[in-house]
Amino acid sequence: MNPSGASGRRSTLIALASTLVFAAVLVLVVSNAPGWPAVERAFFNGEVFRESLEVIPEAFLVNVKIFLIAEVLILPFALLIAVLRSLPGPVFFPLRALAVVYADLFRGIPTILVIYLLGFGVPALGLSWLPIDPLFWGLVALVLVYSAYVSEVYRAGIESVHPSQTAAARSLGLSHVKALRFVVLPQAVRRVVPPLLNDFIGLQKDTALVGLLGVVEAFRQSQIEVASTFNYTPYLVTAILFVLLTIPLARLTDWLVARDRRRQLAAGGAL
Amino acid sequence: MRKALALLLLVALLGVTAACGSDDDEAAPATTAPATEATDTEAEATTEEEPDPCAKEELVTVVDGSLTIATDNPAFPPWFQDEEGAPWDPTTPATGLGYEAAVAYAVAEQLSFTQDEVRWVVVPFNNVFRPGPKDFDFDINQVSYLPARDEAVDFSDSYYDVEQAVVTLKGSEFASAASLADLQDAKLGAQVGTTSYNAIVELIQPAQDPAVFDTNNDAIAALKNTQIDGIVVDFPSTGYITAVQVPNATVAGRLPAGEEYFGLVFEEGNPLRDCVNEAIAALQSDGSIAQFQEEWINTAAPPVLE
Amino acid sequence: MSAPPALVLAGVRKSFGKHEVLRGIDLELAPHEVVCLIGASGSGKSTLLRCVNLLEPVDKGRVLLGGDEITASGVNLDRVRRRVGIVFQAFNLFPHMTVLRNVTLGPTKALGKRRSDAEEDALELLGRFGLADRAADYPDRLSGGQQQRVAIVRALAMEPELMLLDEVTSALDPELVAEVLSVIRELADAGMTMLIATHEMSFARDIASRVCFLDDGVILEEGDPEQIFTAPREPRTQQFLQRIVAAGRL
Repeated sequence: MNPSGASGRRSTLIALASTLVFAAVLVLVVSNAPGWPAVERAFFNGEVFRESLEVIPEAFLVNVKIFLIAEVLILPFALLIAVLRSLPGPVFFPLRALAVVYADLFRGIPTILVIYLLGFGVPALGLSWLPIDPLFWGLVALVLVYSAYVSEVYRAGIESVHPSQTAAARSLGLSHVKALRFVVLPQAVRRVVPPLLNDFIGLQKDTALVGLLGVVEAFRQSQIEVASTFNYTPYLVTAILFVLLTIPLARLTDWLVARDRRRQLAAGGAL
Repeated sequence: MRKALALLLLVALLGVTAACGSDDDEAAPATTAPATEATDTEAEATTEEEPDPCAKEELVTVVDGSLTIATDNPAFPPWFQDEEGAPWDPTTPATGLGYEAAVAYAVAEQLSFTQDEVRWVVVPFNNVFRPGPKDFDFDINQVSYLPARDEAVDFSDSYYDVEQAVVTLKGSEFASAASLADLQDAKLGAQVGTTSYNAIVELIQPAQDPAVFDTNNDAIAALKNTQIDGIVVDFPSTGYITAVQVPNATVAGRLPAGEEYFGLVFEEGNPLRDCVNEAIAALQSDGSIAQFQEEWINTAAPPVLE
Repeated sequence: MSAPPALVLAGVRKSFGKHEVLRGIDLELAPHEVVCLIGASGSGKSTLLRCVNLLEPVDKGRVLLGGDEITASGVNLDRVRRRVGIVFQAFNLFPHMTVLRNVTLGPTKALGKRRSDAEEDALELLGRFGLADRAADYPDRLSGGQQQRVAIVRALAMEPELMLLDEVTSALDPELVAEVLSVIRELADAGMTMLIATHEMSFARDIASRVCFLDDGVILEEGDPEQIFTAPREPRTQQFLQRIVAAGRL
């Protein structure tokens, strides 16, 4: 559909008009619903909003800290799993099998269970050389779980690189690992930036699960506020904070994709 | 093009109709129990006497002919227990054992309900005092009266005056705390939304922010793991905790008593509350409440930390 | 003492699953020979080439490179591949690297050359084939013909004993074919031993010292180009050539 030109202009107008009508209808229906005043008080209370802003953002820093550290750890660890999975030949079968078991296990067990098992279970073993800090184990749990998902994303990227690229690299006499390192992975990683960052956006939310272990992060703090005020507006504050965190990541994804799009369309042989 | 516009118009019309239409049936704020209408026969008040509003026939309950009581699952000693002294599961047959069980059945008896006419439902602690209609006649679950809570629900008079207490592990430096100041450096924990949590941040005010958990069980797990130094719970619960759940735990001390008390929780505006208050008053004056406390609640109390 | 053959395939067999693609290939290349493989699609030309540099493991038979048996057990495959250059029909170049980096990757990372030396040599090589001014470009800026020429240069940068060319002009627009063929001709004139799979019959006729007709997994007929193209002995060779002529490619 050509956006310029007469037919394009008409369809843009229709799109605009229908969006406006839909929005107007939505506002009308919601604000005239019988429960609306109560919902408005319960979720959009200005005073509770302001009070919450005094405590929740500080707790949100815990989520941000967890998220940043986890990301830094997940990127290389997941890559390692994906590479292990790709090692060829019977001699590497144990490593490949290990990678498969790892990915299946940590994608299979619900994240919340992993958090409980590691956060309460491991310290209960009483091994003095292991840390007991719930924040530490919450972080470990998130890294283990998300590395499993991200390793699959890497794997999809690796497999999307044309096999001739690997063939060309091996034909130059590069070892499997060097071929991966210089030829396959640079292409693979660029291609999977959107699903990769998508998983990270999910990770940002799951940092809230660390609250189960007693750590007071944003969601737990908003729970405390909700419990003492009987008003759900603190949840709204937390939601907004999470969305504000997501937006930069989403725009970064778009920018990275656009920048690499040209190079991704690798000339095959004929142009 | 014409079709698109027509469709738009139709959608708009429907939307506006829906919006305006819903004005008519403003749901009245829930003040009465939402369930069955009172189809019981009106008392034959053919005489000049007014019918006793607390007579069994006059009571409007969630399930006609029964008294529906709510508590959490599992329900812990000394409040509820099974024959072996373990926590009770309200979805299993009732035993009547435990302080709150005793109080609940005593109140039911005052209202002329037999034991068979009492039915139990499960409601998680933090949902009890949320505003809105309830599926129970009253809830009994160590719910402390708080003005903020009282705006959302109605409380009965006290059936137990509460003290909070601090539980630590036996070897901990905080086990020998003699005053609130001694707890300053402790990492404490409590369940979210409880007066125990409030006691930490308002009374003790330790240097470190407390750890906050979904349930007391999680807090206890953290205590066992030495991930926290102590937990704050209501004093009677410490008995079961130190005897069964964490045998190497000890009660470091009680916190200064305020005016905190446990009340039965009712849906806002439920007239049953007044009848129950009468029942509680009767049980106080005839010594039943005191007897239950002596029977079920550990009275050997450690000192109060000031 | 005469030099050993540049390449020997003895009784080479290769199957993919149940399908036997190479059914006993016997082939010898003397140093500096240029041998062209012709045959229908699916006759096994690509597979044959990929067996020479062991991209495909051989099921039966032996391959000897300059007298060394590379199909023996315990052979370091990476080392072997550095001695053989191969250029494919498509997807040769690494799209995320410049032309120069494409060419220097092998010498630096596989041969251990210093980066500056490798770049110097690469630029010289690119210059010889008129591509020096594209050194800083990414492959997507080059025409198909230029890309294939760079691919050939990249293989040459490894200083191989033998070059394998797998239908390197088949995916190109006709007007770009000539520039690639002229590069190959230059290599042949300079004495490079080459095994070329191709559909370009007139080119094969021109450049090859020997032509092998591959049919259904065996070398059905081989001989000097004149003989093969004008007086093929085998009926199937005749059929194949007739079809080529009818398609206007000879």
